[in-house]
Amino acid sequence: MAKRIEVSGLHAYYGGVHAIEDISMTVEPRSVTAFIGPSGCGKSTFLRTLNRMHEVIPGARVEGKVMLDAEDLYGSSIDPVAVRRVVGMVFQRPNPFPTMSIYDNVAAGLKLNGVRRKGQLDEIVEQSLQDANLWNEVKDRLGKPGAGLSGGQQQRLCIARAIAVQPQVLLMDEPCSALDPISTLAIEDLIGKLKSQYTIVIVTHNMQQAARVSDRTAFFNIAGTGQPGKLIEIDDTSKIFTNPEQKATEDYITGRFG
Amino acid sequence: MTTQTGVESAEAGGARHRAPGRMSTGRLGDRIFAGSATGSGLIVLAIMAAIAVFLVWKAIPALQANEANFITSEEWNPNATPAEFGIAQLAFGTVMSSLLAMLLATPVAIGIALFIAFYSPRRLASGLGYIVDLLAAVPSIVYGLWGAVFLSKHMEGVSGFLNSTLGWIPFLGGDSPGKNSIFTAGVVLAIMILPIISSISREVFLQVPQAHVEASLALGATRWEMIRMSVLPYGQSGMIGASMLGLGRAMGETIAVAMVLTYVPGINIHLLEDGGATFASNIANSFAEASENGRGALIASGLVLFVITLLVNMAARAVVARRKEFV
Repeated sequence: MAKRIEVSGLHAYYGGVHAIEDISMTVEPRSVTAFIGPSGCGKSTFLRTLNRMHEVIPGARVEGKVMLDAEDLYGSSIDPVAVRRVVGMVFQRPNPFPTMSIYDNVAAGLKLNGVRRKGQLDEIVEQSLQDANLWNEVKDRLGKPGAGLSGGQQQRLCIARAIAVQPQVLLMDEPCSALDPISTLAIEDLIGKLKSQYTIVIVTHNMQQAARVSDRTAFFNIAGTGQPGKLIEIDDTSKIFTNPEQKATEDYITGRFG
Repeated sequence: MTTQTGVESAEAGGARHRAPGRMSTGRLGDRIFAGSATGSGLIVLAIMAAIAVFLVWKAIPALQANEANFITSEEWNPNATPAEFGIAQLAFGTVMSSLLAMLLATPVAIGIALFIAFYSPRRLASGLGYIVDLLAAVPSIVYGLWGAVFLSKHMEGVSGFLNSTLGWIPFLGGDSPGKNSIFTAGVVLAIMILPIISSISREVFLQVPQAHVEASLALGATRWEMIRMSVLPYGQSGMIGASMLGLGRAMGETIAVAMVLTYVPGINIHLLEDGGATFASNIANSFAEASENGRGALIASGLVLFVITLLVNMAARAVVARRKEFV
């Protein structure tokens, strides 16, 4: 199910602002890749180019290539809507649909894909909630609003919603930054479990988290305000955190700046 | 609110004596501003009260002279002796033409709002919103002229068509669909209330949190699916409130309706047939020739309209306000 992502020569812009410059990297299937770097270095922007959510912002555009196995996501015949159905996303702040029940939140993507049969929906909703480690907490109140859950539960609900459609890739944009340590731990456990099935890319400000959950780590940096963000290096997580190639990476992970 | 401002300025005046020059409050400018703001607030309340008192005071003698039931009678002969008048027909005409206007205008207005908020290119959006708002600035006499001179001619065919195809619906039934009907009045009113419904809906749609929009887009929703999943549920009460404000506006509309309708006495549930009257159109048409008692009767009917529109507007505001808590 999981696919390899290969990015080459990618630039992203917000109107006239050059946000990220010339990024190339490979993300292996069934692995967790973490993006770290100071605020404003373009790691979230880069993440959003991987499922064509970047262009949702008026004036935003992308140049370069993102290959998902053999398919160029920015090819002229590719519909961004179709891309987002195979590359799921979890946002920084939990954003369940406020007027929908827990069940309907998980089923939302399935219904978009034309799954209508009640039995099949029930089955996938339960499986997704179990995969998201949320089933036991909500199985008795599936009809209650998703917005009534705690922050950590809401975020796991959003993960369940994202994986219900069985995407090839799961993108997570600082999924724990609005959560307490216990909920964070629950999400991290979940990421460890999900990587057996999905290609996961996670943006995080928390370097311990990157070290705990990821197999590979990419360090992004920015030369100064107004400059585009760049990929400094990407390597195995253990190498990045013990013996990085670049001085900037070492300075950042040891806390000498940023 | 207003009284509170007064209290604050009084306290501020006291503070100045204790600590001269230390704070800017209590200066002459502040006191003048607080006083004039309080005064303006009080004047509004006073005007409202004066209108209500005036209406009641003028209406009472006519109501006392009335031989028919004021609520249920379909007659309107306040100038005769004995005077007989009731608001049943006027209430029916007002409610029906306004409801019709709301039903016709709401889907179109929401369509316009969705187009401006989500579909049109950005540069077009602001211009288009401006033009829709301009519709509200057209004087109602112009709508009336347009409705009476131009639209009503063309409504004959439409009414005939609706009558022959959908005549089994009681409101669209009847034997002689015409052009100066409540239906035609409803169409004119629909155009008049389009801007308010559209601009309020547009404001609500523009407030939909980006997080909700992105939630559905990231699941692979098309634009229409995103609107259905994220925008419409969020904007639901705003849209209801907007269409009710439109309803309130349609109820109070006078001159355009008066120019379109031909008065025929009695309630006719066949809305496609000529005839009908609303509170406002009846007042506009009869006031000039009314006797002392007739004026009192018209004022009494105006009082009823005042109460109905007040209730509709309050309900609309309550619905709109409820949405604010839900973010």
